[in-house]
Amino acid sequence: MEQDKIIITVVGKDTVGILAKVCTYLANNKINILDISQTIVQGIFNMMMIADNTNSEKEFDQCQKELDQIGEELGVQVKCQKEAIFEMMHRI
Amino acid sequence: MININEVIETNKMVDEHNLDVRTITLGISLLDCIDSDLKECNKKVFEKITTTAKNLVATGNEIEKEIGIPIVNKRISVTPISLVGASCCKKPEDFVSFAHTLDDAAKVVGVNLIGGFSALVSKGMTKAEEMLIKSLPQALHETDRVCSSVNLGSTKTGINMDAVRLMGEIIKEVAEVSKDNDSADCMKLVVFCNAPDDNPFMAGAFHGVTEADAIINVGVSGPGVVKTALEKVRGESFEVLCETIKKTAFKVTRVGQLVAKEASERMGIPFGIVDLSLAPTPAIGDSVADILCEIGLEYAGAPGTTAALALLNDQVKKGGVMASSYVGGLSGAFIPVSEDQGMIDAAKIGALTLEKLEAMTCVCSVGLDMIAIPGKTKATTISGIIADEMAIGMVNQKTTAVRIIPAIGKDVGDQVEFGGLFGYAPIMPVNEFSCDAFVNRKGRIPAPIHSFKN
Repeated sequence: MEQDKIIITVVGKDTVGILAKVCTYLANNKINILDISQTIVQGIFNMMMIADNTNSEKEFDQCQKELDQIGEELGVQVKCQKEAIFEMMHRI
Repeated sequence: MININEVIETNKMVDEHNLDVRTITLGISLLDCIDSDLKECNKKVFEKITTTAKNLVATGNEIEKEIGIPIVNKRISVTPISLVGASCCKKPEDFVSFAHTLDDAAKVVGVNLIGGFSALVSKGMTKAEEMLIKSLPQALHETDRVCSSVNLGSTKTGINMDAVRLMGEIIKEVAEVSKDNDSADCMKLVVFCNAPDDNPFMAGAFHGVTEADAIINVGVSGPGVVKTALEKVRGESFEVLCETIKKTAFKVTRVGQLVAKEASERMGIPFGIVDLSLAPTPAIGDSVADILCEIGLEYAGAPGTTAALALLNDQVKKGGVMASSYVGGLSGAFIPVSEDQGMIDAAKIGALTLEKLEAMTCVCSVGLDMIAIPGKTKATTISGIIADEMAIGMVNQKTTAVRIIPAIGKDVGDQVEFGGLFGYAPIMPVNEFSCDAFVNRKGRIPAPIHSFKN
């Protein structure tokens, strides 16, 4: 895909240190965070990050697996997707 | 920049409302495999398919992971085998060898279905086409993944009634050989009027002769997404209803467009079309009938169903057409019975009859699909049902199809189980008055007057 931007979403019960853990992982892997927003929908914590993994040495699917693992440890769902799908669906 | 609500919306569509890409179908031309030697031709067919499609499944899985949307099926369609095998097949058994070759190739590349064991006989049948049709009971029974379609009519050619009569008998034979398995081989066989060359959906997919050497076609789905969107506009006007369907269809189709473009780029194979479809599965919440209920019907089949479906089908097209650069295939709402829990429920309770389904096929894509009927139904009656459906397609210049399962040994009140995506179905009653004398006339029904547009 042309764009290197990725979207990381965290969905689940709010606990201490979710942001810290995810951000540490991204920093360690040279993934730059461009934007963060969060909201509570029907009592569930939703966070979204737009990040740039151009300089990351790790393969995209490896990041996906490791973020998934971090999510499991925190008891939340962490997803990592390419931005293209959201751009395609919500922008003409 | 994308905002959090848009991200949540997309991910909810997938996680909660069954949004998926139903199929990436790779169309492969086998015209360059034609050979007068049966073995040689089979060998070339196998090699062409396994070479062209070797990365199909891996590419599909890769895209699925990256964008986070399931791509349920990866499939292949090929040039109608009646053309490919015409110069080397001397008897129906020779055609069966091609079915085995297709089945083997499908297994090697890991696709779950392969379509194109087909014959296009809308005006007349060549010897080869007749042999292929006669090979169907054996070919479908001895293979697992091969799908077959026969085009029996078109607006331009009229309806080939000799072929309609033959298909009535063949469908019965196909049912008979698989009677131990609820006559399930019939699921892999569909007859068409106005069959499209670029349909990505099974069982009717084949790679038409008008197509390029290889092409990527994508079929999207999303009845659950439309249903959920409509829940929010209960009681609102038709204008609001239609706008909601259009917007949802646009989003769903965009996913298909992205997948098609990505697959095309990664495999180095041109992008053909996106099929704008609402294709249900037996999963709860993935039903077209539920959309009809959400529009305002107690059950699919109630008075108003045809109008509601016409509206739905039209809005899906209007919303989808702008979302994709090329649209084709069947495009519209599918109304299979066994693959849609809402349709199954409606048929069980008696709200939905074969006749109502026939009316519904006038206003949506495809036709009488995945309908189980009593095994004792006469071949001529099946031909009569097919002829009616073909006439609807011919006169309305649209694609219609019949995929009907006469479940041998079962009758009204019984149920057939197909499993997986194919679901289960109650046996529906059939009008038993005879049409023998009509079906037994020879020849074809001429093309309708409005086909002469030159």
